[in-house]
Amino acid sequence: MERSMLRVKQKRVALNSNHAVAYAVRDVDVDVIAAYPITPQTTIMEKLSEMVANGEIDAELIHVESEHSALSAVVGASAAGARVFTATSSQGLELMHEVLHIASGMRLPIVMAVPTRALSAPISIWNDYSDLMNTRDTSWITLIASTAQEVYDSIIQAYMVAEDPRVLLPVMVAYDGFLMSHTYEPLNIPEDPTAIRELVPRRDRITLDIDKPVTMGTITDPRWYYEIKYQQVKAMQNASLVLKETSKTLHEVLGRKYEPVEGYKMDDAEVAILTYGGLFGTVQEAVDIIRDKGLDIGAIRLRQWRPFPSEELTHLMHDIDTIIVIDRAISYGASIQGPVALEVYPIAARMGVHVFSVIAGIGQRTVLEKDIMGIVNKVLDYLDQGVIPLRSIYWGVRGGE
Amino acid sequence: MSVRINLVRRAQDLPREELFMPGHGLCAGCTASTIVRHLLKIAGRNTIVVNATGCVEVSTTMYPYTSWKVPWIHVAFENAAAVASGVESAIRVLKKKGVIDPSKEIKVIVLAGDGGTYDIGFQALSGMLERGHKIMYVLYDNEAYMNTGIQRSGSTPAHAWTTTTPIGKVMRGKPQVKKPIGEIVAAHRIPYVATTNVAHFIDMDNKFIKGLQAEGPSFIHVLQPCTAGWKFDPRLGIKLARLATQTAMWINWEYDHGEFRVTVRVPKRKHVRHYLKPQGRFKGLTEEEIEEIQKLVNSEVERINKMVGEEVIGPLAEE
Amino acid sequence: MEDLLEIRFHGRGGQGAVTAANILADAAVREGKYAQAFPHFGAERRGAPVVAFARISTKPIEVHSRIERPDIVVVLDSMLFELVDVTSGLKRGGILVANSKRNPGIEGDYKVYCVDATGIAMRKGLVVSGWPVVNTVMLGALSKATGIVSLDSLAEVISSRFPEDVAKRNIDAMKSAAESVHTC
Repeated sequence: MERSMLRVKQKRVALNSNHAVAYAVRDVDVDVIAAYPITPQTTIMEKLSEMVANGEIDAELIHVESEHSALSAVVGASAAGARVFTATSSQGLELMHEVLHIASGMRLPIVMAVPTRALSAPISIWNDYSDLMNTRDTSWITLIASTAQEVYDSIIQAYMVAEDPRVLLPVMVAYDGFLMSHTYEPLNIPEDPTAIRELVPRRDRITLDIDKPVTMGTITDPRWYYEIKYQQVKAMQNASLVLKETSKTLHEVLGRKYEPVEGYKMDDAEVAILTYGGLFGTVQEAVDIIRDKGLDIGAIRLRQWRPFPSEELTHLMHDIDTIIVIDRAISYGASIQGPVALEVYPIAARMGVHVFSVIAGIGQRTVLEKDIMGIVNKVLDYLDQGVIPLRSIYWGVRGGE
Repeated sequence: MSVRINLVRRAQDLPREELFMPGHGLCAGCTASTIVRHLLKIAGRNTIVVNATGCVEVSTTMYPYTSWKVPWIHVAFENAAAVASGVESAIRVLKKKGVIDPSKEIKVIVLAGDGGTYDIGFQALSGMLERGHKIMYVLYDNEAYMNTGIQRSGSTPAHAWTTTTPIGKVMRGKPQVKKPIGEIVAAHRIPYVATTNVAHFIDMDNKFIKGLQAEGPSFIHVLQPCTAGWKFDPRLGIKLARLATQTAMWINWEYDHGEFRVTVRVPKRKHVRHYLKPQGRFKGLTEEEIEEIQKLVNSEVERINKMVGEEVIGPLAEE
Repeated sequence: MEDLLEIRFHGRGGQGAVTAANILADAAVREGKYAQAFPHFGAERRGAPVVAFARISTKPIEVHSRIERPDIVVVLDSMLFELVDVTSGLKRGGILVANSKRNPGIEGDYKVYCVDATGIAMRKGLVVSGWPVVNTVMLGALSKATGIVSLDSLAEVISSRFPEDVAKRNIDAMKSAAESVHTC
């Protein structure tokens, strides 16, 4: 993108994150949308339906009969050359799971919003990240936003990255169900979406074109399968670079800067709390309070879950000796049961940094500043005793250890 | 709609151009390739095919080869109708936005077997029909999961052997009858639904034409004898298909905008034994069991004749 | 105004408590403030007691957690005083704005304001499916009692969200609530 690109004129509005998604989808001029109602995603498709009904978006909205069909329909539409969008949560994401792998394997630039939610059973309509973490190995680029503003910006960036010929992978934009999906907050959006459309021009790619027929989704024997999957590995590597480039462009055009991992008061920190999504705000508040009490603590927010930003995280963790990873999902039976903690572990091990895995906020169990302070105190106790438990700390659960 | 123009009357009316190429891996004597070859001759180049997982899909697209000279996509087993819904919607909106030339007529066809239609793909099919996408859904029905090695499906007829419905001492082939998928589809009140038979290819080809001309969804159900699964001499595929009609084990009909008619009349039908005997899947049935199948056919014939209001399928011929 | 004010709305499903919180936040954002509004995130149905929340601040709001210690409580339905502990967590010296003709028996170190929102809603024709809709009426009372946002900003939001005649009736009702709200 040219450096001379002017910053676009924006207006300040109050939207919840689900509506922020709908506005971003409108602004990139999506062609085909398919979705199926599920709490807490539903208000995205309601808002988009309203926009289609009012002619604010020139898109086909397919009212599919399941999430499996929602993703299948956008796979078909994307293969036919359309810019597509879908959204889901929880059980819906589970029902899509089969097609998640196919969408990335077919290298289709699909964008999906995921207001995250706990999984059945027992049924819970409330937030955690169990649904998202189950998609870990589906080869979708995955961003986790922590404000409605970032949700809007990330959807735009998702199309920029997904459709880049060096990438051609689908992208999920996740954020806290309810805690963000249904929370109104201020954000800036462009007054005129033309500037956004210039960020995502229509680009040629291989599609189901009657003038250039191709066969997509073939059967592939052991002589070829591995090479095709390895291309996905390379595409995911390229995604890191393209995410960086597009973040820079977004910064220039919208004035907002996003890093794959973001540090808060990390300069002199010895201990860091790493988390993701809307919880980061609470962690920041807690960091301020704890700092006032004299502990050199900082916070790290993971924005880019896939591809995992190992280098950037290494850089941020350079001067700390302890990292506390707060996960809102459980990897049952794993060595440490926080999915992101598991990912941080090899990096920390190489650097000699202690890792504490903490599970909290499961099924939207409330996590307040005082909980973060409690977690830090617990970790300090362990450190005083010279013990680093090789299991997770389950915070805020009745009957827990 | 009763457009009767451009129908096929004889084989010479078919386009010479081949869009389904040889060299694929379907079994010798497989009648699915005959169906697909005819289908593409009728549909022509401006066609996108969405193929559910199944025999045709795996046998015609072994990477890096393909038998398809039209754009073709396979996504999964249960979702061909949903994928096609996306393809058709995309074409509609991209034409409107001028990304695709709006003057081009692009046909969208689903090709799926009985497993992908009767069973695992049924929900997506129903959704596609209810939403009214302009898609022709072609079901090639070989009456079991042949791709995975002959397991029973909702389409497998009563008493047929499959690997999951053996003819044993207690269980005698499939205990249930074949699900009436065509009529279930017709109950969605779509413009055109037909059953046809690869042996009656003029009937089949004309039904493809009518299905493609329909203003909304259409559904063409083609009986497809399977040499491996039905266990017959590979030479006999077309003959067996014809016997299916001659015995009224299979009836070629259509619902054209709600109007029901039988398109291949059978003045005198043969006993089902003529159809059952050449097939290994019915081997070992007792005379009583064969008569039981005959009775099922008799009552179906009676029902169909009643629907039409005349005897379109005649009585059993003297042996 | 304090750096951060936290508000809790009590109502019944269908009364518009969630919309009230949203309108309040939207009005604050239009005034250049920072704000959040969110429902209790439950699965409540029509008629059941519900809560909704808002945060209003002069500084960016980082947290996305629920509100435990509100500064202000707004009660949309007078029947709720018997069903729900509406002052639960309310800070000492906090404000309670009640849809009630007189003090509904609130004790403790709180400033209590009363407004006959139901009466106003009925008079102004704010009745949907047989229910008086009091949410905008209560916002008028809240604005007057606390000065948290101006009536003009509220009116601007209401005009942007509803058809003209509906908006007009709501704004009228809101203004008459602002005139008649009183300490009790």
